[in-house]
Amino acid sequence: MVAVSSANQVAERDAPFQFRGNSFTMMVLKVVDPASPNFFSLLGSKVRQAPNFFRHAPVVLDFDELPEGAAGFDITAFALKVREQNLLPIGFVGGPRAVQEAALAIGLVPMPAGRAARLDVVRAPENTAVAPPAPPPEPAYRPALVVNEPVRSGTQIYAEKCDLIITAAVSHGAEVLADGNIHIYGALRGRALAGISGDAGARIFCQSLEAELVSICGLYRVSEDMDESVVKKPVQIRLSEGYLHIQPL
Amino acid sequence: MGKIIVMTSGKGGVGKTTSSAAFATGLALRGFKTVVIDFDVGLRNLDLVMGCERRVVFDFINVINGEAKLNQALIKDKRVENLYILPTSQTRDKDALTKDGVERILNELCKDFDYIVCDSPAGIERGALMSLYFADHAIIVTNPEVSSVRDSDRILGVLNSKSRRAERGEEPVTQHLLLTRYDPERVEKGEMLKVDDVLEILAIPLLGVIPESQAVLRASNIGMPVILDEASNAGQAYLDAVGRFLGEDVEHRFISVPKKGLFSRLLRRSA
Repeated sequence: MVAVSSANQVAERDAPFQFRGNSFTMMVLKVVDPASPNFFSLLGSKVRQAPNFFRHAPVVLDFDELPEGAAGFDITAFALKVREQNLLPIGFVGGPRAVQEAALAIGLVPMPAGRAARLDVVRAPENTAVAPPAPPPEPAYRPALVVNEPVRSGTQIYAEKCDLIITAAVSHGAEVLADGNIHIYGALRGRALAGISGDAGARIFCQSLEAELVSICGLYRVSEDMDESVVKKPVQIRLSEGYLHIQPL
Repeated sequence: MGKIIVMTSGKGGVGKTTSSAAFATGLALRGFKTVVIDFDVGLRNLDLVMGCERRVVFDFINVINGEAKLNQALIKDKRVENLYILPTSQTRDKDALTKDGVERILNELCKDFDYIVCDSPAGIERGALMSLYFADHAIIVTNPEVSSVRDSDRILGVLNSKSRRAERGEEPVTQHLLLTRYDPERVEKGEMLKVDDVLEILAIPLLGVIPESQAVLRASNIGMPVILDEASNAGQAYLDAVGRFLGEDVEHRFISVPKKGLFSRLLRRSA
């Protein structure tokens, strides 16, 4: 038994499809008097009350209250007119046998009698002009993280949501990261990554560029690719037009 | 109340055991009751360098496990008054060290001894961490070359974060640089880092510069700490370093190429 079930599991894992149960809430359009000349103009105005709500909404056509012997009820034309109102008839429920057969013939799905659910139609506001969103609050001033000792090899410092200021050297094998700018009043010998949460305007400043790697907002450069003219000099590193610029200070 | 000094480096083979033996002996020569402990479980060398390898009965691990009392494991040095050695096990490994066990032994030693020198193994794992955890002072043994300097920097980071003092937010472990195997001629040729270069990277106070010396190997072969070889430059440099540690103002020697007189050049005297 175990072998069989595991074989089935294997088969399911590799199958190009899967059957799943799911439930959808659907609108039901109860067709009471299709012969009425106002049918579609009234339907249209109803739809226009909340156009976004009704647009391409799937509907189930409920024929339960169709008058007996509704002569010449042309379901094809009816469905077409419903579509013109941007509603999509996808199924049907109830109605006399002839209507049901006709509905099936044009591809509507016979639905089981569902449970009635409250349908809250969203009413469009009187004034359709959308008010502009309130401007975001001014970001509060966040003081920088200040480190006054050398950042030793193997140490990692992360200045979250602020700048990082280091008044000593950053050793080989150390990592300093900041969401904001990084200012190093000493030699940068390890790795420095600024603007790591996405601020492309972040900059790195140091008194002597001897870094293993520098990065701003994800773009990086390794030691090997740093020009001779900026090595061991005081520099400013910034991102401009998608390119890391290392400029002597 | 005893002070705990750890002799550590990160890098292996730079001179921790040589320096532990020499430094502990130097402190004992000054009249302080000193014990030197081997933390390199499984790779013990301190007993060889101190010349007591034929007198080891019980060791550090035996005491941690309660198999022996501390005074059964302590070996009294035959040459120098006030000097004791606590050897470690050769058959076990560093997993045998426990923080409680080490703490218990160090507390007991602190009652009787003025200085406790811990000879750390290389690396940043258990053995090294145990040896530096309880330290009051750290001497970072470094060779003047890039790998050693980088590893020393790493061990400084570990001291700043993983020592007991760091964890409790107490006064930090005092850090001293001991630059060993320094060869002024190679420095002049540009093959070796200068003292200033190392100080710029590590940024800790310089305790001493020990010159490269053949006397170190000779001393280790006969099981005698090199500080007792007063004729050697290395021995004298260690004596100077001990003086500086105790607060004396001693000028640094052996960091520049000595001007050879005609006589010594003819005879090719080496240190």
